[in-house]
Amino acid sequence: MTNPTKPAASGQVSRQLAEVEEFIDVKPSELKQRRHLIDLDDLSVTEITELLNSAEGMLGIASRGMRKTPALRGKTIITMFFENSTRTRVSFEQAGKVLGADVINVTASASSVSKGESLLNTVKTLQAMQIDALVVRHPDSGAPYFISNHTEAAVVNAGDGMHAHPTQSLLDLFTVRNHVGDIEGKKIAIVGDILYSRVARSDIIAFQKMGAHVTVACPNTLLPNEWQLGSVLDKSTGFGDLKIASSVDEAIDSADVVMPLRIQQERQDAGHLPSFREYSDRWGVNETRMALANDGALLMHPGPMNEGVEISSDVAHGNQSVIQEQVKNGVAVRMAVLYALCAPRKSTSPDNNQES
Amino acid sequence: MAARKLAITGGRVIDPKQGFDGLADVLISGDVIEDVTSCSSMESYEDYEVVNASGKIVAPGFVDLHTHLRDPGQEWKETILSGTRAAAHGGFTTVCAMPNTDPVQDSAAVVDDVTRRASHYGLIRVLPIGAISKGQKGKHLSPMGELADAGVIGFSDDGNPVSDANLMRQALSYSVGLGLPIINHAEEKQIAAGGVMSAGRVATRLGLAGMPVEAESVMVSRDLDLADLEGARLHIPHISTIGSLIALRSAKERGVDVTAEVTPHHLTLNDDWVFGLHGDVPDAVGLEAYDTNTKVNPPLRSPDHVNAVIEALSEGLIDVIATDHAPHAVTDKACTYNEAAYGINVLETAFSSVFALVDAGKVSINRLIESLTSGPAGILNKDIGTLTKGYSADVAIIDLGKKWVVVPEKFESKSTNSPLSGLELKSRVIITIYRGEIVFSLAGHLPETHGADR
Repeated sequence: MTNPTKPAASGQVSRQLAEVEEFIDVKPSELKQRRHLIDLDDLSVTEITELLNSAEGMLGIASRGMRKTPALRGKTIITMFFENSTRTRVSFEQAGKVLGADVINVTASASSVSKGESLLNTVKTLQAMQIDALVVRHPDSGAPYFISNHTEAAVVNAGDGMHAHPTQSLLDLFTVRNHVGDIEGKKIAIVGDILYSRVARSDIIAFQKMGAHVTVACPNTLLPNEWQLGSVLDKSTGFGDLKIASSVDEAIDSADVVMPLRIQQERQDAGHLPSFREYSDRWGVNETRMALANDGALLMHPGPMNEGVEISSDVAHGNQSVIQEQVKNGVAVRMAVLYALCAPRKSTSPDNNQES
Repeated sequence: MAARKLAITGGRVIDPKQGFDGLADVLISGDVIEDVTSCSSMESYEDYEVVNASGKIVAPGFVDLHTHLRDPGQEWKETILSGTRAAAHGGFTTVCAMPNTDPVQDSAAVVDDVTRRASHYGLIRVLPIGAISKGQKGKHLSPMGELADAGVIGFSDDGNPVSDANLMRQALSYSVGLGLPIINHAEEKQIAAGGVMSAGRVATRLGLAGMPVEAESVMVSRDLDLADLEGARLHIPHISTIGSLIALRSAKERGVDVTAEVTPHHLTLNDDWVFGLHGDVPDAVGLEAYDTNTKVNPPLRSPDHVNAVIEALSEGLIDVIATDHAPHAVTDKACTYNEAAYGINVLETAFSSVFALVDAGKVSINRLIESLTSGPAGILNKDIGTLTKGYSADVAIIDLGKKWVVVPEKFESKSTNSPLSGLELKSRVIITIYRGEIVFSLAGHLPETHGADR
């Protein structure tokens, strides 16, 4: 061990550490300069590829019987969830624990936030406790940027409002890559609540970065006003040359990946939709629609699903579905992210404050 | 004792009311303009205190139709004292105080209190605006006659639009007998749908709920039709969209008694500013994004709307510039964009920020000064905003070449919520004179005030 900040390692521990490092530290890494993961728009293709490669190894660790490494031993990660979540929160907690970090979960309803403490003061309070990473989910877009300006810790965005959900997109990329190899040139169809969805925004950016062609389909009421059905976006929108299909069939036609998004009850209540019944009929992904996609196309869903609304039960649990795999991959991808941001670094740069 | 005499010599005097633009000396006796004469030698002013304005612009003191002084009720954001100091710093000698105080300015008692305290320790003239509805709740008309008698210069529920079309109609109708304008914040809430910035490319990219521009123009159109129906006076505050301008033009053409104002920020900032880079658009959203100091209502619009309001101001379709100075405490802005309060701190940067449009050749200096002086004075129907002999000696002296960097922490305002922080501006008000007294001088300090700050 060359790094003095790492604990003295016994044979067993050092073997496990070496295992982890193999996946990320073998070659110079662009990721080493990174402090936060808030959106994917500022990640290079190299960085994304490094994370996915690292997740490959992490998947091996997460899948074995003895799921524990000391890679992040002595590091403290706080998950701070201001919105309800099962899979994302548990996934981050599991990821941190497999890597040996101490993971503390804070939820808004059971914290001083419910006493009216401001986000700023909550963050300052946690900061004072010497934490290494803050995993944040917040209903307000941009909250992780605000938080990152008030903490020394690495900030990981676990979903902010309608803005971004970068680890979901990384796990989606990872899942697709595992099945199709090279993502470049593949057609990705995203169907559903484009206007309000952070998954849609992050996935559009992520898949386009890796060279895929992304098409979306949805009712016009769930599309940003300045986007038109049956058009291709201008790059200045920040969403590349996104194609907006005029119909769901057009979007799914010849797709390699089909991804329906969750339709929230609120959309119906707010008048965006006549009914779930009509939505299911016109935009729901079912066997007939999946038949329009390429043979062997993958069916994905970021969860939680409304079976029978945006996705029919038969395809959700059919042989093209990789939905459970997404969940499993989520842990590995989050391990890779936490490791990249929190692991003690072998070479330090002047602006690297993760060592302290 | 003879009246104190002041001579402002050698400056380029611009007084749009009189159509005057040329080198002249402005003579003040006591609290009124004694004369504006051709430049003379210093010797002729031996009875006068002389302010050398050579190389500077000498204009009437500015008049702001739209100021939030926050007093009474939110004195941690601003007070009558700090707000009028900030105004004097920006060249303003008259501000119209919006009624969304606590308690609301919806009774003579509250208006009298504001007027009395303003004349006691306000540095400049404060003209109160009365509420349209009781408590600004949009249900019942306020006692508009009582408020008119107490000296309000118009009625507004600013911050809250009057959503009820019948209430708006009755307010317009009732105001006819009082001869005062109704000033309605135009925003159809059902269309704005909880938006926190203008809908469009930037809002979509940042995942922020967007207010369509139509949320404004729909209500502007309604208000114009109702004003037409009742033959009433309507003043449209902070107009910001192309659709509103089309409706305004059509209404003016058919003779509706309407005037409109635009803010410095809607003239000079666009929605790209929400990225937090002074208007630059980044390749990737950065840590400085979601700049809560850019959150304002109506929201900053896309560049095509900004260009349209600039043109409309230049040609006179938009009558005046008003600040919508809206101070907020740090805690109101140190939060997420959704949680942040709406409003920008404007008084001290108003002239300098809009002067960039003069520098760019988009608006003439005369039109800029007109829109800050005789323009608003005409809407108020008051004998201010001009250097005419016998009028109140309210003067702003401006150095057009002076460059300075905005440091909100140095504001006279109690609050610092300016998105211009760190920006270099060209041109600066260097001296402000109110009723013959120097109330602000960049070179020196503000004079002692007439009372304690609460």
